Amino acid sequence: MNTPSNVMPETPRESQIGARAIIPASQRLYWSIRRELWEYRSIYVAPLAAAAIFLFGFLIALPHHMRGVTTLEQAHQVLDTPYELAAALIMGTGFIVGIFYSLDALYGERRDRSILFWKSLPVSDLITVLSKVTIPLVILPLLTFAIAVVTQFLMLLLSSVVLLGRGLDVGTFWAHMSFFHMSLMLLYHILTVHGLWYAPLYGWLLLVSAWAPRAPFMWAFLPPFVVWGVEKTVFNTSYFLAMLQYRLAGPEPSSTAPHGSVMEIISALTLAQFLSTPGLWIGLAIASALLFAAVRLRRYRGPI
Amino acid sequence: MACIEARGLRKAFGTTLALDGIDLQVEEGRILGLIGPNGAGKTTALNAIVGLTPYQGELRVLGRDPWNERDQLMRDVCFITDVAVLPRWIKVSQTLDYLVGVHPRFDRAKAESFLGKTSIRTSSKVRELSKGMVAQLHLALVMAIDAKLLVLDEPTLGLDIIYRKQFYDSLLNDYFDGKRTIVVTTHQVEEIENVLTDVIFINRGRIALNCSMEEIESRYLEVAVRPEQLAAARALGPMQERQMFGRSILLFDLANRLQVAEQLSAMGDVRKPSIADLFVAVIGNQSGAAQGPYQGAAR
Repeated sequence: MNTPSNVMPETPRESQIGARAIIPASQRLYWSIRRELWEYRSIYVAPLAAAAIFLFGFLIALPHHMRGVTTLEQAHQVLDTPYELAAALIMGTGFIVGIFYSLDALYGERRDRSILFWKSLPVSDLITVLSKVTIPLVILPLLTFAIAVVTQFLMLLLSSVVLLGRGLDVGTFWAHMSFFHMSLMLLYHILTVHGLWYAPLYGWLLLVSAWAPRAPFMWAFLPPFVVWGVEKTVFNTSYFLAMLQYRLAGPEPSSTAPHGSVMEIISALTLAQFLSTPGLWIGLAIASALLFAAVRLRRYRGPI
Repeated sequence: MACIEARGLRKAFGTTLALDGIDLQVEEGRILGLIGPNGAGKTTALNAIVGLTPYQGELRVLGRDPWNERDQLMRDVCFITDVAVLPRWIKVSQTLDYLVGVHPRFDRAKAESFLGKTSIRTSSKVRELSKGMVAQLHLALVMAIDAKLLVLDEPTLGLDIIYRKQFYDSLLNDYFDGKRTIVVTTHQVEEIENVLTDVIFINRGRIALNCSMEEIESRYLEVAVRPEQLAAARALGPMQERQMFGRSILLFDLANRLQVAEQLSAMGDVRKPSIADLFVAVIGNQSGAAQGPYQGAAR
């Protein structure tokens, strides 16, 4: 207030405020997602650590694996498995992080009483729950995809160095590796399976997280177990188990198969086939219902 | 439009009635102290006002229904329900970033200038701050929000006297401008007594007394009665009688009988009762067995 230019009386406060009076929902969602990344750093630390450990192991094992390799053909055979393994390991890490994240997302804020602080801000329960479900359905898949691609690229570079040392033609090696093809398939798999097909699983975990009075992990995994047990003893059937297996196995095994041309795998036909799977839409409907319930529940929930 | 308007506000937990028909009207620019014993329903009432709990009856806060419009209401309302609710993992700078991102009325520069007066560094995490510093941080955040209503539920619980004093000092000097409304509950009544413009005593889910401070000053009187006048003073119907340093202190409600004040001043030393003494007199009469004929405070 020392500068003469600052002699603004009380009145302009209203107009200044008026200018910012409405913050778009997208902005509130964006900052809420960033908040999740501040709180749960394992979302990016865990996949990065998995990638780093894998790369380290690959680096150590590389000379050993390459010992008998004299042709490019052999090199491809030797290197194919580690590439898939790297992607599987990083995606698996992301999947596990997603499970633990979802179970804690709406439970942790009640346990540490910070829900009272978050509820004192103009952010609706809907935006809060949406920001939390974005993590396993969008952020983690894209993040694990990016980390997996970079990891595979680094593996490719490392093996190229070894091949160069043996005087093999690295250019042909790269041409045959079809790196782009692999990445595209990985992206297709991650988006369809982790982003869409698994949505009801994360919806269930978030609902439990919003509801559980304590021990969300137990509440998430015990009921399915009980349902399976009751169905088995009373009806001697396993429909529930089959349903879970169907959900966990993914829409169709062929989409995860590494061989075949890009066009074949993500052709309009495959995508159309995926989009016309009733299981996808049933799953998404269930996910929406579970998330809606979580939004309603959060309104009633206070600290525990 | 009144800032808070409640009619027949009720809330039951199982068979216990936490709020048993509260009627309330808080005008803009008031600083209201909500005072009551443990379990009286203070927190439930405040939670209903800020949209944390569903209720029966009518309640409008700034013209909105808090339970169904919490997020819109929170643009104009701030609350601190406890000192320890800031998440422990968050950095001070992150709280500022987040509030700028989601709160249309948050003024970052203002918050930073409040924080500059404390020893809190923006690079610190909440978990690294002492309890008093967390309260300072929370208050700095809240004071940087241009809200119409601030609700404080035991905001200084567990803080030492220096932090408590600072808390209310900065609230009054740097925040309150005569237009905002503040509702506060605390057990340390004597610390906020001179801050308040209005007082509500609440007991067992009901309002026992609803009074402005001016009204309290003109209506209630405490007399340290000389022993020889004791019988005459008692005949005037005190709300409460207690002993202090061998003298009888009698507390009178002079509603509709201000002329009695002159009679009383002849009987001993007259003074204004403290809120705490008045509280004990009003609530003590309600919860205990018959302690005199006093009935007049509830309205």
